[in-house]
Amino acid sequence: MKSKKILDTVIEKIIFCCGILAIVFVVLIFGFLLKESFSFFKDYGIINFVTGKLWYPTSAPPRFGILSLMAGSFFVTLGAAAVAIPLGVMAALYIAEVAPVSIRDFLKSGVELLAAIPSVVIGFIGMVTLVPLVRTVFDLPTGLTAFAGSIMLGFMALPTIVSISEDAIRAVPWNYKEGALALGATRWQTMYRIVLPAALPGIIAAVMLGLGRVIGETMAVMMITGNAAQIPAGIFEPVRTMTATIAAEMGETVKGSMHYRSLFSIGVILFMITFCINFIADLFLHRMKR
Amino acid sequence: MPLKKIDVENLNLYYSSFHALKSVSLSVAPNRITSIIGPSGCGKSTLLRTFNRINDTIEGIKITGEVRIDGSNIYDDGYDVDALRRKVGMVFQRPNPFPLSIYENVAFGLKIHAMASGAVLDAIVEESLKDVLLWDDLKDKLRRSALELSLEERQRLCIARLIAVKPDIILLDEPCSALDPIATLRIEELMVELKKKYTILIVTHNMQQAARISDDTGFMLLGELIEFGITSKIFTNPAMKQTEDYVTGRFG
Repeated sequence: MKSKKILDTVIEKIIFCCGILAIVFVVLIFGFLLKESFSFFKDYGIINFVTGKLWYPTSAPPRFGILSLMAGSFFVTLGAAAVAIPLGVMAALYIAEVAPVSIRDFLKSGVELLAAIPSVVIGFIGMVTLVPLVRTVFDLPTGLTAFAGSIMLGFMALPTIVSISEDAIRAVPWNYKEGALALGATRWQTMYRIVLPAALPGIIAAVMLGLGRVIGETMAVMMITGNAAQIPAGIFEPVRTMTATIAAEMGETVKGSMHYRSLFSIGVILFMITFCINFIADLFLHRMKR
Repeated sequence: MPLKKIDVENLNLYYSSFHALKSVSLSVAPNRITSIIGPSGCGKSTLLRTFNRINDTIEGIKITGEVRIDGSNIYDDGYDVDALRRKVGMVFQRPNPFPLSIYENVAFGLKIHAMASGAVLDAIVEESLKDVLLWDDLKDKLRRSALELSLEERQRLCIARLIAVKPDIILLDEPCSALDPIATLRIEELMVELKKKYTILIVTHNMQQAARISDDTGFMLLGELIEFGITSKIFTNPAMKQTEDYVTGRFG
């Protein structure tokens, strides 16, 4: 009897430690990021960092302006949104409202499978298929552009957008739809006048979470977007994202150097952006649950 | 013989293998309130839902026989279901206003059928809300969400949203079961008022309600229409033994 009780307490303590550990790691990671970036901001100035257009970390004197990198991330994300939002919401609508049960299950597992593809594979497929296609179709010097990156990243955001939007659409009470149909609304009128507005908070949350994934995505963008640290004049130009910069340069820096700390600072900015996006998504998810 | 607004002939309905309506035939006269009573699961709601074909959305449903409204069979191939549902409106058991503003709820049907816009639309919304006695209370709150209303107000709003599209027939599926007795009485008064303009069919498991408001009554049991006739006769001098047992409260 007594040994059982002791075992119980021990297991309880172990579970408690595991739970606490997750939070401890997050705090440590964030603390580490902040420590490195604060010392960088003190040396270089946060305003210079965020508004500077030139990213020449190894020239003399070095320039650490990340405006072009932020523009790169922004362009690619915006492009991915333009691809993924209409496609994802329509697909969710089809799966939730139109498709017969057999097709619905098939499509749902298909979408989940899409989420399981590693990003390096998506990047690699984009590199050998989409990039040459973009180059020839639009007659560009290179196909490694924000445009190609946007399309591939749109596909990566798709699974999140489809599955969460679909949940939101299916959560719309049947009696709303019934009420609209009973007034003589067609299926399509019911969808876009009643179902979509009612599901909107959930759909916004889905889009935000999908885009959160896009902003943080590294491997695929590094392979497809061309990695030129310049403010692009259009979507058919190479760009370099914040994530790709960190991934590409971290290995070459001297630990503790200005360059090293500047990459951590990019990480902090990235962290803040994704935090905001997730926070907004969370707000809408809560609104949906209410 | 009065004119027939709805004429049902030998109607059978199956949910997959379950035979829910068995050879139902009846005729409904215009500008009267017809109630359908019977114990739970007897098929009364199912019958009501065949008149606007809202049953069509259920998978595995099969219907034989005819339902003629104004002389044409609504189950004929190529019959315009959306137009039918504009003509035959329905109020549901749980009030189901859309999660839109009060104004948009009433305007919904008019907009989807492109029946009115601008000032005309405003006028019809006002008129419809007046018909259900909501206008005085809500005229300054039209932009508020319909989900802020009380249950009774919601049900009135659902009726307003219906009469805005000027239907011929109004189907009510236990419209008062979610309401308290006072709200129920007021909705009943409204129905009596509305029968001047519309033909009303109501499904209810509240026999007193059927006796109070309806002109004709049908009694259903296990998918069959046992008896159909003038309300006073059904309740005081029914022809069938089962009807008598039910209305006197021996079962159900």
